[in-house]
Order: sequence, then structure tokens, then C-alpha cells
Amino acid sequence: MSQNIVVIGGGPAGIEASRRLRDLGYTPILIEKEPVLGGHLARWDRLFPDGVEARKVLEPMLADLDGIKYFTDTEVSSINRLKDTWVVKLSNGLSAQVRAVLLTTGFDLFKAEKKEEYGYGIYERVITNADLEDWFKSGAAPQFDDVKVIGFVHCVGSRDEKAGNRQCSKVCCVTAVKQACEIKERFPEATVYCFYMDLRMFGRKYEDLYLKAQKECGIRFVRGRVSEVSEDIDGHLFVKAEDTLFGKPLKIKMDMLVLMAGMAPAASTAELARMVNVLPGEDGFFLPHSLIDSPCTCAREGIFYAGTATGPKTIPETLSEAASAALAIDRYLKSPQK
Amino acid sequence: MIDFGYGLTPSATLKIEKVDNPLFAELHRLEPDVTKCIACGSCTASCSAGVFTEMSLRRVILSLQRGREKETLPMLQHCMLCGKCQLVCPRGINTRHLILSIGKVYKMEDKAL
Ligand SMILES: Cc1cc2nc3c(=O)[nH]c(=O)nc-3n(C[C@H](O)[C@H](O)[C@H](O)COP(=O)(O)OP(=O)(O)OC[C@H]3O[C@@H](n4cnc5c(N)ncnc54)[C@H](O)[C@@H]3O)c2cc1C
Ligand code: SF4
Ligand code: SF4
Ligand code: SF4
Repeated sequence: MSQNIVVIGGGPAGIEASRRLRDLGYTPILIEKEPVLGGHLARWDRLFPDGVEARKVLEPMLADLDGIKYFTDTEVSSINRLKDTWVVKLSNGLSAQVRAVLLTTGFDLFKAEKKEEYGYGIYERVITNADLEDWFKSGAAPQFDDVKVIGFVHCVGSRDEKAGNRQCSKVCCVTAVKQACEIKERFPEATVYCFYMDLRMFGRKYEDLYLKAQKECGIRFVRGRVSEVSEDIDGHLFVKAEDTLFGKPLKIKMDMLVLMAGMAPAASTAELARMVNVLPGEDGFFLPHSLIDSPCTCAREGIFYAGTATGPKTIPETLSEAASAALAIDRYLKSPQK
Repeated sequence: MIDFGYGLTPSATLKIEKVDNPLFAELHRLEPDVTKCIACGSCTASCSAGVFTEMSLRRVILSLQRGREKETLPMLQHCMLCGKCQLVCPRGINTRHLILSIGKVYKMEDKAL
């Protein structure tokens, strides 16, 4: 019988690592707390930089789960060290004794209502990047009519010490530019603004998307962080920022505002870290051995990480880390036992 | 760029290599957060004085970092120390303490604050 490995978190990282482990001859036991596998990828409509449909990436993964035991709607109740193994107890009453546990618990979308000054959950016309994906995906008619001016607010709950997240979430600049182009397709007459502090177009083809946004879509980029939002009697929004390149404060009326909520550590990180006795980083994400050459291992023997559980990443980065984690586990299990 | 000294008008370039400012060092000692600013402009956008005057805390900080303290006084004299900038600063800078420290270090108390 092939050796079991517990993988906690059934997003892109967990699914990909499980497939790789299966291909290496192991039997992964994949645990997902939600009713379906797929993590955040299951929520997105089209992906940057090329606009590939998210389902075209996810569906082939979900169609290839033979040899993987997976449990949805299931959580981990406890993890305990027993000699050179980990005993993992699940909320469904089952338990597994394994030599390796892979943590792929991903991230939580920053709760935009925490930034009260932006009015999410208070003003109807303030939505998040994830709400916009839901809308794109549903194919429904626009929620609001008469949408002439639309704003995108970068860095919501990222790069923000008061929100408790100092880190840059990495994917939201390019997501904002992608969504700004998409919204322009839906409302060709609208004027669309992006309010940014720095535009982080780090990946291949991201700069091209930015160029397209400027040249073809006519998106207006304003360098300045939105400081506050208010509402008038008809539900229209007033957005305050400084145009820092021009050096003047501005106040602009908008019909819709999209908040680029960032990536925060998954809620279960602290609890799981306690169970396996590791310390998360200062930012709340799991901290691997080295961010340079061993991103999947940590000080605790038999505990491995992959994906956004160790900080913001794109999907291709997440998938390649999942493959590395599978190889790291394989190497660990094949190394002579002490 | 080499300044040959023949020009009729003084060079308009910013001489950042000349910024070696003991006053700024003193300010940094009093309020270490002065170097944490990321020039996001939130303070200026929400500033109670900024709508009617040239007050911009972002520009004040930048001017001091560039050794151009003369440009800050006309701005700072409009500050009412209301603290709105502190509410919105994403770097959590204690802006009121910063402004008061600037006044102290650059001897502006009698003139402005
Ligand atoms: C608005 C937005 C748009 C994006 N668009 C793109 C894009 O276009 N292209 C791109 O490359 N990337 C994009 N990304 C990034 C992408 O979403 C991530 O790279 C990817 O989802 C990371 O996968 P993951 O498996 O690490 O984490 P997740 O997708 O977060 O999956 C983690 C899974 O673990 C589960 N889990 C968590 N804790 C537990 C627990 N204790 N027990 C059991 N299960 C648990 C969760 O329910 C979840 O299913 C976007 C991100 C955001 C925020
Ligand atoms: S990627 Fe852009 S929007 Fe997202 S946190 Fe970083 S700078 Fe802000
Ligand atoms: S404290 Fe001064 S700089 Fe800050 S918001 Fe008030 S008036 Fe503006
Ligand atoms: S709000 Fe803070 S970080 Fe932003 S420009 Fe003002 S002082 Fe700098």
C-alpha cells in the first residue's frame, strides 16, 4: 500500500501538490473546509494577464483527482507528533498517521469593511474586486444603471500598518488594471480611474496590459491613495485623494467604486501553527526555512508549505511551488530515517 | 551635471547630493518616522487646511528630505494640528508629533505653529 500524506487546503496549491504526490506514487489525503475544491480560483472569472477563463484552469485539475482521497466540508481538529509521524484528526471523525503534512491553506481576502473610511458595507456603490469577479462570472445585468464614472482603489488593506497588513499583496495592481479594462468593455462610455501609490507590474506581459489600459481603454491613472469616501443623498460617491504627481488634492464624484482588497493570512494559520508548533512570520503568514532556496520546508520535521499560505503569490507561482513541495516531500520520505 | 558657473541663471537642477542636513538628522532623532513616508498623499487629501491653502504634509516631508526647508514654512503656517492626517496615514506616522518636531527643530514656533 502506498504511503499517505495529508494535504490541508484544497485550493490550487493543495490540488496541484496532491496530483504531483500521486504521480510520485503516494496517496494524498486532501482536506478542504469549504463544500467545494478550488480555493479562490473557483471564484475568479478571467485571469490576468491574458484573460484566460479561470474555469479553464480549474476544470482540468478537478477532472484529474483519481488516486487522491479528498474530503470537503472537513476541518482539522488536532495534529500531534507521535515518534516520527504526525497524527491528524479530522472533524469527520477520521484520522491519519503520516510522516508528512503539507499546509496549503492559502490566504483570506482582506475584509474591506474594516477600512471604514471607504464605506464598504455602508455605501451601496462601493464594491470589492471579488464582488466584481462574482458579477462578471454571473453574466447578470449591471447592478447599477447610469454608471458614468468608476474608480478603482489600489492597496485596500495592503501596505497599511493600521489595517495590520504591511505587505504588498502583489496581485491587486494587475488585477485592478485587468478589471478596469473589463469594466470599460461593459461601460464603454464611462470614465475609469485607477488610484494607485505604485503600480507593481512585475510579471511577464503585465506591463503590456498596463499599456493596453492606457492606449486602448483610456483608463486614467492617478498617483495618490484614496483617503476617504462619502455619499450624497442619491447614493453617489465622493472620493478624496491627492494627485501626488500634480501636487493638488482632489475630490471627485463617482457612480461606482471598486476596492482592491488584498491578501491577508488565512484565519486558520495561527491555530494550525500552534498545532504543529511553528511560529508564523510577523506578517501572519507561515514562515518557511528560507524565502530563497527552501520555500516549502520549515524547522519542524515533516511539515511542508506551498502557495499563498506563505505570502501573496500568483497562480503560476502557486502551482510551481506546489510541484516543488511534492519533490521536497518525496526527498524527505526517501532520505534514510534518523 | 557639471555646473561651469557661466550661466546667467542659476541651475534649476535639484542638488540632492548636497543634502547633508544636520537639522534633518535632528528631526529624525526626535521623530524617527519621518523617513517612513511613502508619499501616498492621503494626508494632503484629507487635510482640513489643504483645500484652501497650499498646506501639504506630503510635500513638507519631501521638501525636508531634499534639504529645501525654506519651502515648508509657508505651508506649515496653515496647519491647525487637527490630526486628520494621522487618521488616514497608512504608515501610521504620528503626524502631529512630526509637525511639532519640525517646528522645534527648524525654529518655527515663533513664526508659525
Ligand atoms: C482579487 C484577486 C484576483 C486574482 N486574480 C488572479 C489572476 O487573474 N491570475 C493569477 O495568477 N492569480 C490571481 N490571483 C491570485 C490567486 O487567487 C492565488 O494565487 C491562488 O488562489 C492561491 O492558491 P492557494 O491554493 O495558495 O490559496 P487559496 O486559493 O486561498 O486556497 C486555499 C484553500 O485552503 C482552504 N483552507 C484554508 N484553511 C483551511 C483549513 N484550516 N482546513 C481546510 N481547508 C482550509 C480554503 O478554504 C481554500 O479552499 C488573484 C487574487 C485576488 C485576491
Ligand atoms: S499589488 Fe499594487 S494594489 Fe496590491 S498591495 Fe501591491 S501596490 Fe497595492
Ligand atoms: S494636522 Fe495639519 S496637516 Fe494634518 S490634517 Fe490637520 S491641518 Fe492638515
Ligand atoms: S499619509 Fe503618511 S505616508 Fe502618506 S504621504 Fe502623508 S505622511 Fe506620507
